[in-house]
Amino acid sequence: MSHTIVPQKTYLYIFFSLIGLTLLTTGVAFIDLGPFNTVAALVIAFTKMMLVIMFFMNVRNSSGLIRIIIVAAFFWFALLIAFTMSDYRTRTWTPAPESWSSAPPTHP
Amino acid sequence: MSTATLEPRVHAPRNYLNADYGWKSWLFTLDHKRIALLYLVSITFFFIIGGSFAVLMRIQLVDPQGAIVQPETYNKLFTLHGVVMIFFFLIPSIPAVLGNFLVPLMVGARDLAFPKLNLLSWYIYIVGGLFTLYSAIAGGVDTGWTFYTPYSSTYSNTQVTAVAIGVFITGFSSILTGLNFIVTIHKMRAPGLTWFRMPLFLWATYATSIIMVLGTPVLAITIFLLALEHLFHVGIFSPALGGDPLLFQHLFWFYSHPAVYIMILPAMGVVSEIIACFARKRIFGYKIVAFSSVAIAVLGFLVWGHHMFVTGQSVYAGIIFSLLSFLVAIPSAIKVFNWTATLYKGSISFDAPMLYAMGFIGLFTMGGLTGLFLASLATDVHLNGTYFVVAHFHYIMVGGAVMGYLGGIHFWWPKISGRKYPNGWAALAAAIIFIGFNLTFFPQFVLGYLGMPRRYAFYPAEFQVLNVMSSAGATVLGVGYLIPLIYLFWSMRYGPIAEPNPWGATGLEWKTPSPPPTENFTEIPVVTEEAYAYAEEEAGHE
Repeated sequence: MSHTIVPQKTYLYIFFSLIGLTLLTTGVAFIDLGPFNTVAALVIAFTKMMLVIMFFMNVRNSSGLIRIIIVAAFFWFALLIAFTMSDYRTRTWTPAPESWSSAPPTHP
Repeated sequence: MSTATLEPRVHAPRNYLNADYGWKSWLFTLDHKRIALLYLVSITFFFIIGGSFAVLMRIQLVDPQGAIVQPETYNKLFTLHGVVMIFFFLIPSIPAVLGNFLVPLMVGARDLAFPKLNLLSWYIYIVGGLFTLYSAIAGGVDTGWTFYTPYSSTYSNTQVTAVAIGVFITGFSSILTGLNFIVTIHKMRAPGLTWFRMPLFLWATYATSIIMVLGTPVLAITIFLLALEHLFHVGIFSPALGGDPLLFQHLFWFYSHPAVYIMILPAMGVVSEIIACFARKRIFGYKIVAFSSVAIAVLGFLVWGHHMFVTGQSVYAGIIFSLLSFLVAIPSAIKVFNWTATLYKGSISFDAPMLYAMGFIGLFTMGGLTGLFLASLATDVHLNGTYFVVAHFHYIMVGGAVMGYLGGIHFWWPKISGRKYPNGWAALAAAIIFIGFNLTFFPQFVLGYLGMPRRYAFYPAEFQVLNVMSSAGATVLGVGYLIPLIYLFWSMRYGPIAEPNPWGATGLEWKTPSPPPTENFTEIPVVTEEAYAYAEEEAGHE
């Protein structure tokens, strides 16, 4: 099996990109984007994840079998989300008692 | 060729056990067989610890008012029993001991794909175990092995964090073992060993490894979040902090239900090997049994909500989870029917491993069928949280997984140790375990049906007879477990020398000396026949 040699500078670029995106996450947290706060954080996180998978884990140059394993992991994660949401989206919610909105209980 | 030239090669003095001596040769070994033995000793230690907690619980429940400990201590006993037995005995039992020993031998390789990762996984397991033992000594934990929130994250003042860290660490050991098996089975099979020529133990181990690799990280994250909330009051699971306790249960059971299959699937693989050998037949419906292992692994991930029918989970989600739980019974039933069909017109002998395999089939079937009671939405409302559940999962985990593990140990012991054990004692132990097990756990089905809740230190007096029966059975069961420990230990020094293939079994592991040399095979084997070619072998003898 042939291995693709990835130049060292590629890893450095990715490393600094990840640092930059981490700083961006912190910066965005100080800006109120309303409903897009979570969206922005997730988009940045997704980008970082893809950089790690594609370059640090070298999936970009890997065989089909490795890619299937990666896809399977995402599929499993999707199952976790989908089935959990099947509960959340159809659950009968009862409002929490007002007393629960006070300070968290301390250890007995 | 004369036998005189063959004999010294067959009984080669150098093997993995005597290749080197001293503690360093064991603690720094990269040999998968020695690592398997490190695991064997470690999990036996944890089995004794976990079993001791069970003994104390059964003594406590002889008296309706509680015989020996306060309720707080009882809570810690059942928690530690569950944590130790599940995370430190059952999950690593067959994969880490028999899997480590057998996977390279069965695929015809000299070791696993990543020997250093293999040793690392044992060290990680030990560190996780020490954390848990520390917590037991430092006060224990009382949440139950399920760590349900918000009790565990907010209210419990016991050693939740230490145990959580212990389980968290040990999870990585499981991931590394699973990863090693997947890569080894994919990449290191001997020439001619196609997927459908593999022994079913390898299929089962492969399916188990998928669960280990895909499920365990979710448990790790869940425990991490639990610790985060417990230590820093970050609102994730506690309603008082804006979290949702059912989210914990979703995440926890996403791993912990498939974890049951981590325990039972390898045992099914062991049973397939034993049944084929002692019925002298190829497993009936080999391919469907192989695929049913994968089907159990996949479907097992889609049923976790049946643990949450009465928690406030949406009834619609409950219906879906109930349906899927019924579906997972199908591949399990396929296996049971096919093992039974294999026995039909087989040339059956009842050596000790076969007795354990027979015990497995009976007990697993009862455990599986009673699982359907719990998968039904309506009956689960009555049975949830009662001793019926305790009996059900012990029929699967002890009646199934432990019987399979012991069957496997007895089947491959001559290969592992190079010695034979006394078959009469082994058969007696199998019978005692079977009787003791049923006497312990069958009364618990009745107790649960009558409404006795689990996890209570005392109970109404009318339940005493059944509880005393259960405690008496536990004593018999304990004796049954002690006997193999004694004669297997004895056999290591005094047992008759085992030949390479004492059972006349098929499979590459039997084509190498007992015990095998460090490099497993002097030449890379070539596979030219199907798995379990007993018919061909018999024809050859004739």
